Amino acid sequence: MNSITPLVLPNRNRRQWLFQAGCLTAAGLVGLAREPGATEKKIRVGMTPAFLHDQHGLLGEWRDFMADSLRRPVEFVQRDSYRETMDLLRLDKLEFAWVCDYPYLHLKDTVRLMAVPLYQGKPHYRSYLIVHKDTANVRSMADLQDSVFAYADPYSNTGYLAPRYEIRQLGRDPAGFFRKTFFTWSHRKVVEAVASGLARGGAVDSYIWETLAHVEPALVKRTRLVSRSPEYGFPPFVAHRSVAQAEFRQMQEHLLGTGNSEAGRRLLARLYLDGFTAGSPALYDGVAQMMRAFGES
Amino acid sequence: MRWLFNLSFRHKIPLWTSFLIGLSIFVVGAALMTRAYRDMKAAVVISADNLGHTLANTVAPMLLHDDVWRAFEIVRSPIRAESARSPVQVDAVVVFGRDRRIFVSSHPESLPMLSEPAALGADWLALAAGLDAPTPVAWPLVIEPEGSSYLYLALPITDKDAQLGHLVLRYAKSVFHPWFVATTWQGLGLGLLVLAVLIPINWYWGSRMASPLVDLAQRMGMMMERPPEPLPPDLYPYHDELGQLFQAYDRMVLALREKAALESEVVRSERLAAIGQLTAGIAHEINNPLAGLITAVDTLKLRQDLDPRALRHLDLIDRGLMQIRDTVAALLVQTRVQARPLNQHDLDDVHTLIQPQVAKRRITLDWSATMPPELPAPASLVRQILINLLLNAVQAAAEGGHVSLRLGQKADSGSCLAIVVRNDGTLLSDEQLAHLFEPFASTRAGGHGLGLWVTYQIVTQLDGRISARNVDDQVEFVVNLPLGDAPCNTASA
Repeated sequence: MNSITPLVLPNRNRRQWLFQAGCLTAAGLVGLAREPGATEKKIRVGMTPAFLHDQHGLLGEWRDFMADSLRRPVEFVQRDSYRETMDLLRLDKLEFAWVCDYPYLHLKDTVRLMAVPLYQGKPHYRSYLIVHKDTANVRSMADLQDSVFAYADPYSNTGYLAPRYEIRQLGRDPAGFFRKTFFTWSHRKVVEAVASGLARGGAVDSYIWETLAHVEPALVKRTRLVSRSPEYGFPPFVAHRSVAQAEFRQMQEHLLGTGNSEAGRRLLARLYLDGFTAGSPALYDGVAQMMRAFGES
Repeated sequence: MRWLFNLSFRHKIPLWTSFLIGLSIFVVGAALMTRAYRDMKAAVVISADNLGHTLANTVAPMLLHDDVWRAFEIVRSPIRAESARSPVQVDAVVVFGRDRRIFVSSHPESLPMLSEPAALGADWLALAAGLDAPTPVAWPLVIEPEGSSYLYLALPITDKDAQLGHLVLRYAKSVFHPWFVATTWQGLGLGLLVLAVLIPINWYWGSRMASPLVDLAQRMGMMMERPPEPLPPDLYPYHDELGQLFQAYDRMVLALREKAALESEVVRSERLAAIGQLTAGIAHEINNPLAGLITAVDTLKLRQDLDPRALRHLDLIDRGLMQIRDTVAALLVQTRVQARPLNQHDLDDVHTLIQPQVAKRRITLDWSATMPPELPAPASLVRQILINLLLNAVQAAAEGGHVSLRLGQKADSGSCLAIVVRNDGTLLSDEQLAHLFEPFASTRAGGHGLGLWVTYQIVTQLDGRISARNVDDQVEFVVNLPLGDAPCNTASA
């Protein structure tokens, strides 16, 4: 498979991200030199736009928390599209990853389900159809025919698969339903695209949209929620099949026990999550059904 | 309006120059403002060109791969908040695809994706027309649509040789204006500062130049009423045209005074000549019967039969007639006598003759006479002139006073004999000076007033000149006598 090298953008956020990632790596290296367990193999965890992965302070805290708990150095590997993280998993360059449910099903042969976050008490989330706040007369997907539409990522369930499935349910071909579509490569940017008026409508992860409403209320207030999809299994934490059982267990127990410590609870609160559950592949049957409808297995 | 031109130079010069200074500042300021506006536009175009090239190069792959979102992030990047705007701050960035529709814009709400120029307004139609021009376009294409408040700059987006579309940068001219107004105010402030410095200097200089002119005008205005006065010498000590004018005025004043002096001299001479003629006529008319009377009295006195009383009366008549004869003789100055030339002995005689009077009044006499052994001047007449002037001076001088005589040939020409007599007595009044040489105009008790009259007559008949004046607190008489046929230089010695 060919990996797509992301173009380096003259974008402030991205530059800042690169800089901070560099700082984090440097901090990690200093930590390695100091700690007795430094010789132990580093755990690499892939982080995807399944959540607000550009909250760098939060990520740093989480990584330290994880490293303390596992007594091993941890590296968070961030990529801007699901595809890149999927490629890293396939190339065995990650031990663990937090991916979307759709990639999880794609990678079923490569990864195993390890834990599912609990959002509002349930391991479920939805796809939200949003429009600009000033867009009147849009009450459902059908009203967005022949307009510009923003998808999140071609490997996103709520940002791509679910809205297309909905169009299909209307008896229309998603390929020709909109006048124009484009990918923003993250849910957050779908909200930005709709808020700025670039796209008339967009499909976004309910967890991200609601979290953003807390983090950046001004942005979210410029969008309007039109409709909610049925519930799907929440983006899971997966482990590469090459990860040893003991290591798998250790990581799983760490995740499931996050809520047991004060630091863990603080972290969960900042992630707007309630905890983790072991979950089961059956959670994702709905997604698998949609994939089958599009001829994907 | 005419009153403005009738103003005094004292006000007109500063007013006009102030007006001109203001006008120049205004004109130069306006020119600079226009230039500044053009420069600002040029700066905007240069800045836009740089930004446009960067954006066009960066956005090209996005256009090629139809990556709307990343293209959007790129075109958004140069947009700043409304408050942080400078004149070179881009207002909007638009990417047009090959189909001349908006591929992406920095402001999708007002410039939505996939819009055609026709749907966006006249500005964009003009821009599209510029892009579609058949002649090869020079990049960047700068378009300022008629009546628009925006300036547009367009560049092609190319990948290798393929043209993918166009990048358009929009600049709001409304952002220029506050900047331009601020610059204008700054310029105005500077101009006022310059005015504040220049105008007092200008007022000083103007009145400095005008005040001598005003002075001159006043003097010339009063010239008819009384003789003009010369200007103070330090009034305008420069040699420009104004200075030359003042010098010319001073020369004119001098000439006018000399003319007036000459005129009064002529009047006096004429009066004296008339008096001379009159007295000579009377003297002749008296002389003829007088000679008969004297002869008759002499004849009578020779008779022996006269009683002493008659004889006494005859003597009385005789003495009276003699007095008349003397007086008439004095009035009738006779110069047509055969004369021998003047020599040194004549001067010595005069010196000897006046000595008793000098000694009596204890006068210091300063005698300075230089002459060759002989001069062709009538000796007896010169002696009379000298005795008259010296005795007159001795009488006029104070007791124990000072009298001086200078005699010699004039330095500038040997053909003139100059005599200068001075005394330190009471100075002569203007009235006295005017009538000094008239008969019976004595200034002194006991004088008959014919001495100066006789002297004047002699000098005049010898074609010479005599004048009197007060100089250095002394009364001075100057006589110039010609030694040949040529008249003397009229200038006083």
